[in-house]
Amino acid sequence: MAVRNPIYSALALLITLFHVAGLYVTLHAEFLAAVQIIVYAGAILVLYLFVVMLLNLRQDIRYHRQWPMAAAVGVTLVIETVILAAMKGWTAPVVATGTETIVGETGNTEAIGDVLFSTYLFPFEVASLILLVAMIGAIILAKKDIGEREA
Amino acid sequence: MSLYGADLLALLPELIIVVTACLVIALDPITPASRRDLLAWLSVGALALCLGITGWQISTLNVRVSAFSDLVVVDAYARFWKILLYGVAGLTIFMSLPYLKAERIHLGEYYGFILLSLSGMMVMVSGADLLTIYLGTELMTLSLYVMTGLNRSKPHSLEASAKYLVLGAFSSGILLYGISLLYGLAGSTKLVSIADAIGTRGADDSLVLIATILIAVGFGFKLAAVPFHMWTPDVYQGAPTSVTAFMAVAAKAASFAAFIRVFVEGLGGLKADWSLLFLFISVITLVLGNVVAIVQTNIKRMLAYSSIAHAGYALIGFVAAGRGVGASGGTPGLASVMIYLALYSFMTLGAFAVIGMLRKGGVEGEEIEDFTGLAKRQPLAAFLMLIFMGSLAGIPPTAGFIGKFYVFMAAVEAGLTWLAAIALIFAAVSAYYYMRVVMVMYMRDPTPSSVALPHLVTSPALSFVLACAVAGVILFGLYPDPLVSFALQSVLTLK
Repeated sequence: MAVRNPIYSALALLITLFHVAGLYVTLHAEFLAAVQIIVYAGAILVLYLFVVMLLNLRQDIRYHRQWPMAAAVGVTLVIETVILAAMKGWTAPVVATGTETIVGETGNTEAIGDVLFSTYLFPFEVASLILLVAMIGAIILAKKDIGEREA
Repeated sequence: MSLYGADLLALLPELIIVVTACLVIALDPITPASRRDLLAWLSVGALALCLGITGWQISTLNVRVSAFSDLVVVDAYARFWKILLYGVAGLTIFMSLPYLKAERIHLGEYYGFILLSLSGMMVMVSGADLLTIYLGTELMTLSLYVMTGLNRSKPHSLEASAKYLVLGAFSSGILLYGISLLYGLAGSTKLVSIADAIGTRGADDSLVLIATILIAVGFGFKLAAVPFHMWTPDVYQGAPTSVTAFMAVAAKAASFAAFIRVFVEGLGGLKADWSLLFLFISVITLVLGNVVAIVQTNIKRMLAYSSIAHAGYALIGFVAAGRGVGASGGTPGLASVMIYLALYSFMTLGAFAVIGMLRKGGVEGEEIEDFTGLAKRQPLAAFLMLIFMGSLAGIPPTAGFIGKFYVFMAAVEAGLTWLAAIALIFAAVSAYYYMRVVMVMYMRDPTPSSVALPHLVTSPALSFVLACAVAGVILFGLYPDPLVSFALQSVLTLK
């Protein structure tokens, strides 16, 4: 689909984010699904919309030749869906070994919190540094008169 | 709940770097512009402290210390790269001092970003887990995106930053896809578990192969290997010269370090497959990098293609390691990559330092033509440039020759004599464009009509960088034994 209005594109992203949340639900990661909707759909997408509206990009005609690409991707996905539907019953159902066994009785939220601050403490801290860099970097690149202070 | 005392001690250098980076960024607003040099000195002091700590840790050479539930390891391999990275970061800071002032973008945050980028590289080189390595890569590149766009008055700089960001995000996506497939089949992102899972599934498993290819593509972008090199010339040209030097040397070294660890420790069971894949990549990287460099007129662009070509030479050593047979296995190949990149650092830093000095009127002179007749006006700088160019071309008795020698030796030992022959031919091709710079400096006279004659702006800090670079190029060119034995020892901790 070639949507001319960037706001529609942002809303299409919203739908994608809801789908990702749906994937988390099928993986029994309810907490992540909720966080996905609250953070991505609730906060980040609203920010995107603000930017789009502030810049007043009503029409963007640069990318309107997307039909072939969209058709190719769409056809591939349809074929995949048909194959998956046809394959139902061919193989033995996969026994869930992931989330349920790990989470056990404690529940989703507690399990994630426990892992995040024990096993994965180090990557967690590195991720916080990445956010720090992103914040300061955005300020530096957007701030007025960086060089003039020198003069 | 446990305290992480021992773990924190193992990662003391990283902590010092991060704390200093935050300190520099916090102190910047309350530092008067005239005293901003102090922030650079603070950063260099932290680097020196870390060098001392890592050097002290090295006394326990063959001990492999795992920290934070085995997500990071501190071993001799990581220490080799860390020491190299400290040196490069320190020299970059010295090089940046006069350059940033001349470009009127002297910001305290710049040094903070160099240190944060360095901390990302340090996480990359000691990551034993794909998640850690990925996050380290992101920390490194995110800081580099910002530093690339620092010169906001130049459209080139912003364009480079935007291109780098978009293509970097794209490559990270591919890398993450590969990582997620490996996680799916191993149930863990730890390199050890992945190696086990591949061992049980066998190397013919199509899922394993797809994941390997995706990870190879993701790293290919970071290493700037052809066909994933498209961002390199634009980004190297647009970025401030000191940042280009940092990218060309430190980012490349750290990417190679993480790349080798992932492919040897995690995907070692697929040696036969990835060595074939990288055989093709190294050949086309050599050919395209060297051939396209010939037609460049901008020296930063030329060095960008030259850095692509050098990634190709380094990959030869890696391919040789994958093909390595016998008792020594891949050790000489991997050690040759480490030696190559260490020596490459000196000559590239030196060349960029000279470029950063060259100014034409108020702006930076970055065309090859701007070097016209430099030998008459500034004979010493021209001579240094001659040495760096000769070393990049691999002419003895410089470091560049030693680096190529070990890589080619590894290739011949692994039975890839034809590959070494191709690389040798293209090394001869590369001599053409490196020597063109020398020819312009020595053989031509500047046209008297030119309005603003390009000249070099010297400063004590830059002289120090040049002295270090030229000392590295000459000393290791004549006596490489300490570096070689250090690399050979360090590579042993790689499983």
